[in-house]
Amino acid sequence: MISQPHIQFSNVSVRYEDHVALQNISLSIARNEIFGIIGPANAGKTTFLKCINRMLEFIPTASVQGTVSVAGENVRSLRNVYRLRRRIGMVFPLPVGLPMSVYENVAYAPRQSGIHERAQLDEIVERCLRQSMLWDEVKDRLNLLGTHLSGGQQQRLTIARALSHDPEILCLDEFSIAIDPVTTMKIEDMLAELKKDITIVLVTNLVQQARRLADHTAFFNDSELVEVGTTEKIFSEPENPLTYEYVTGGFG
Amino acid sequence: MSEPTDITVSQPEPDANPFAIAPYEVHKLRIESWVHLVFKAISLLLILPVLAVLIYLTYRAWPSLSFGFLWENPENGMKAGGIWAPLIGTFLLVFVSLIAAAPVGVLAGVYLNEYARDNWTTRLINLAVVNLAGVPSIVHGLFGVGAIALGRKLFGPAVKPCLLVASLTIAVMTLPVIIASTKEALAAVPMAFREACWNMGASRWQTVRSIVLPNSISGILTGVILQVSRAAGETAPILFTGAAYYMTFENGFGLGDKFMALSYHLFILSKQANDIPESMLYGTAVVLIGLVLLVNSVAIGARIYLRSRKKW
Repeated sequence: MISQPHIQFSNVSVRYEDHVALQNISLSIARNEIFGIIGPANAGKTTFLKCINRMLEFIPTASVQGTVSVAGENVRSLRNVYRLRRRIGMVFPLPVGLPMSVYENVAYAPRQSGIHERAQLDEIVERCLRQSMLWDEVKDRLNLLGTHLSGGQQQRLTIARALSHDPEILCLDEFSIAIDPVTTMKIEDMLAELKKDITIVLVTNLVQQARRLADHTAFFNDSELVEVGTTEKIFSEPENPLTYEYVTGGFG
Repeated sequence: MSEPTDITVSQPEPDANPFAIAPYEVHKLRIESWVHLVFKAISLLLILPVLAVLIYLTYRAWPSLSFGFLWENPENGMKAGGIWAPLIGTFLLVFVSLIAAAPVGVLAGVYLNEYARDNWTTRLINLAVVNLAGVPSIVHGLFGVGAIALGRKLFGPAVKPCLLVASLTIAVMTLPVIIASTKEALAAVPMAFREACWNMGASRWQTVRSIVLPNSISGILTGVILQVSRAAGETAPILFTGAAYYMTFENGFGLGDKFMALSYHLFILSKQANDIPESMLYGTAVVLIGLVLLVNSVAIGARIYLRSRKKW
């Protein structure tokens, strides 16, 4: 199969009652790339992510038009939405430690999908916590409640959980807002490494983070896709003056 | 807006206390302490009626209170003996009604809070629950009688006032409050926990079972237990649906038998029977209230214990 896009949006619009959150978005994300999404608040970035794993269904007022495909499958016609969500790791900006031990937090998704062997779970938990740079801080107290970790640790726990069901796509929404800069850099290195195996969609307010990591970058503004292209092009010679303003910091 | 030009920066005296009460704050502080005092006094007043009831009842009941009073059956036209049969009857009544009401109430609460979308069916169910909660208990009693009459038409004379019918009547009465407290307990679990699970591909039921129920069970249980104490004190719903003037359990007891209950027994002692020693009347009331307080303390204790283990 030659370069079928991993995620494809065709004319996708999303409305919450009267409010338009996404307007006619079409773009495609290739396999094994890091796809950066930048844009000011209320630009539709988070809604974009929620389209991919159908979490919008939990918002009763949301209505979606157009087609979102993952690996060539229209996600809306999938009967097994749980399988879709397990193929996608999702990290939202609010750190959420589930009210169970750190170990159980990460073992939750594997357990729910039928893995009960202790050795196998141990291995998954350690791998995911290492990938999210949390392992060294919690390896001696895996029984600690997830809700009792600090904000930054809970954020990394959320990342570990997103990786725990072995996803082929990882969506990160402002993953670094609660994490210190040094650890953020380590996680960025991990993401660059992880790219070999999975596709990463990175929504970020830190324009430079997209510049450092992303292969392609899309600029969203006011629920529209303003411009998409290689990161180099977006940051050095964008076609749209708005994009130029935003990436150079003169926006608004 | 034009720039303010006449800003005067007043330098405080070097030795002035920066936390000294300014003149404009004196009034505020005085009001604050008055409000505190008045609210506290009103809240403390609430203790009075409870204490008054307990002390007065115990005082009047004192001559009759003994262990024998608890486990002897009423004798000699209620003039002697104790309250063993009504006590057991009340326990049975509460137990059977709980078995009937708790599963239905909790499951309905879970459905309404976790599954139901905001549509007309849901609104209809919620409306029904709210209105059921507003039905007076004597109407529930009459409804029970109506059910018996209907049952007789359909299934013959085997259907008669008995423990089962009275318990079911009580169950219908307690159901809406169990549903409401279940919903409340579930709603106290943060939405973010559910979303985190859904994001990992968990179904609603997996999420409810693994995250929501374990973290709301304390609230659910408290609601159910408090309904027990309410059920124990109700008279009207069992008046025509199964409560007996006199019925001991010497020959065992069954769901199809009539039964004595503390609340109804108290009603009989005070209104229907003659020459009852007053202390027996008050003794029955003390046991009934003691039972209610005991159950409430269990609920409060359970809540304190489970809250101390709260995980977020």
